[in-house]
Amino acid sequence: MKWKKIEEQFFKALMILSTVVIVASFFLIVGTIVSKGLPSLSWEMLSEIPTGDFYMGGEGGILNSIVGSLYIAAGSSLLALLISLPIVIYINVYLKKSSWMGNLTRLGYDVLFGMPSIVYGAFGFTLMIYLGMKASLLGGIIAVTLLIIPIMVRTMDEVVRSVPKELFEASYSLGATRYETAFVLLKQVAPGIFTAILLAFGRGIGDVASVMFTAGFSNDLPQSLQDPASTLPLAVFNQLSSPVEEVQARAYGAALILTIVVLLISISARMMSKRLSKNKI
Amino acid sequence: MTIATPHISVQNLNLYYGDHHTLKNINIDIPDKKVTSFIGPSGCGKTTLLKTFNRLHDSSLEVRVEGKVLLDGENIYDKNAEVTSIRKKMGLLSQRPFPLPMSIYDNIAYGPRIHGEKDRHKLDEIVERYLKDVALWPEVKDRLKSPASRLSIGQQQRLCLARGLAVEPEIILGDEPTSALDPKSTQKIEELFLELKEKYTIVLVTHILRQARRVSDYVAFVYNGEIVEFGPTEELLLHPKEKLTQDYVKGFFS
Repeated sequence: MKWKKIEEQFFKALMILSTVVIVASFFLIVGTIVSKGLPSLSWEMLSEIPTGDFYMGGEGGILNSIVGSLYIAAGSSLLALLISLPIVIYINVYLKKSSWMGNLTRLGYDVLFGMPSIVYGAFGFTLMIYLGMKASLLGGIIAVTLLIIPIMVRTMDEVVRSVPKELFEASYSLGATRYETAFVLLKQVAPGIFTAILLAFGRGIGDVASVMFTAGFSNDLPQSLQDPASTLPLAVFNQLSSPVEEVQARAYGAALILTIVVLLISISARMMSKRLSKNKI
Repeated sequence: MTIATPHISVQNLNLYYGDHHTLKNINIDIPDKKVTSFIGPSGCGKTTLLKTFNRLHDSSLEVRVEGKVLLDGENIYDKNAEVTSIRKKMGLLSQRPFPLPMSIYDNIAYGPRIHGEKDRHKLDEIVERYLKDVALWPEVKDRLKSPASRLSIGQQQRLCLARGLAVEPEIILGDEPTSALDPKSTQKIEELFLELKEKYTIVLVTHILRQARRVSDYVAFVYNGEIVEFGPTEELLLHPKEKLTQDYVKGFFS
């Protein structure tokens, strides 16, 4: 009896410890970024593009990277959604349970899910050379889209698979086609779809390796899809590698902005998701 | 037993679940505008049999169906049979009510909408009429726009019944439709079945013998994938001919 109690206490302590580690690391990371980044954060940094010698301590801001990052993350999230949603509906509504096609698709995205993002960058780069494209906003969007499709499909697939088969039966027995049933399904899983988009967006906005070669780099705001574009992670990277201490400090400012953007999107998505789950069964 | 005007006629139906022979050579005629109950122990195949009537096994890869199910004389397993129009003829009530993820109003209007009804006034009428048919109207008429998931489970089951009726089926299939409900809601559903059999053919799966006796005109005893005995309710429950049926319904009296 006593031994059981010790066992219980021991594992409880272990669980508390892991929880504390996670929460503490979160505050440590955010704390570091805030304390180092806040002093160098200014309106100028948010609202201006870098001047020529910005990376050597010159005037300017990182508006180009903020805009570039948002364009790439939003563009690729939208594009990935347009591709992922039909895949998920096809393998869950149109294919029979555990059909070889569905299993093959799932194996495929599981493999792609684990692929390092530099591989997508390299693949995107090869694709661009083949198509005769230059490093550009469009190139970055394509590379990031490829990167986040597996994330979206996997997350959505898991949500859709957890839907009870009664929902399908209810709709089918009213004489609905599979296409009509898919829309009922979407109503049920809307919050999950939203989470998937958010996850993919977060991954897309923070990734460096996939955009390094494909989006290029520019101090100017991209005016069209053919223009090269900078991204926030790239701005952090470039400034951190500067020999000037002041510029290094600004890297934390950029990291802080990136964190705030992700946080804002995360919070607003959560609120939207709550509203969407109103009718959920 | 022969039925003069069967609504559904099952002929030499065999169903395999992978290697498992789940339904064995089923032959049964479901009479028109009557309540027919399938009774039998869990896992005997009564729900599986019910689901063959509107081809709900279509989406599973492992299930293979052989034989015929004639609906008004037409085989629903025919190559050219149109599955959506077959299903439209049958309303399904499942064990747990499963409202669609929409408002109360939209749950009822969903069926008519997918079958082409767009007129708002007509939809309003349909919603009101079928909610009244299942005696849910007084309880929900002021909150038609609120999510169906907020209703109690008994109300949800009546909503599901109304949703099924709104596509104007000829047959109601009930798969233990009261198993998740409290006695009061169960009673309401049973009363509805007695009213509805004036207009609809009702096929019910139940493991409650008393329920079978209360609501049905005919009872079929299913055991181990076969129909052991089929006959009028009183006859089958009180004077079963087969030894197996006798053993099963004994639990009903003792």
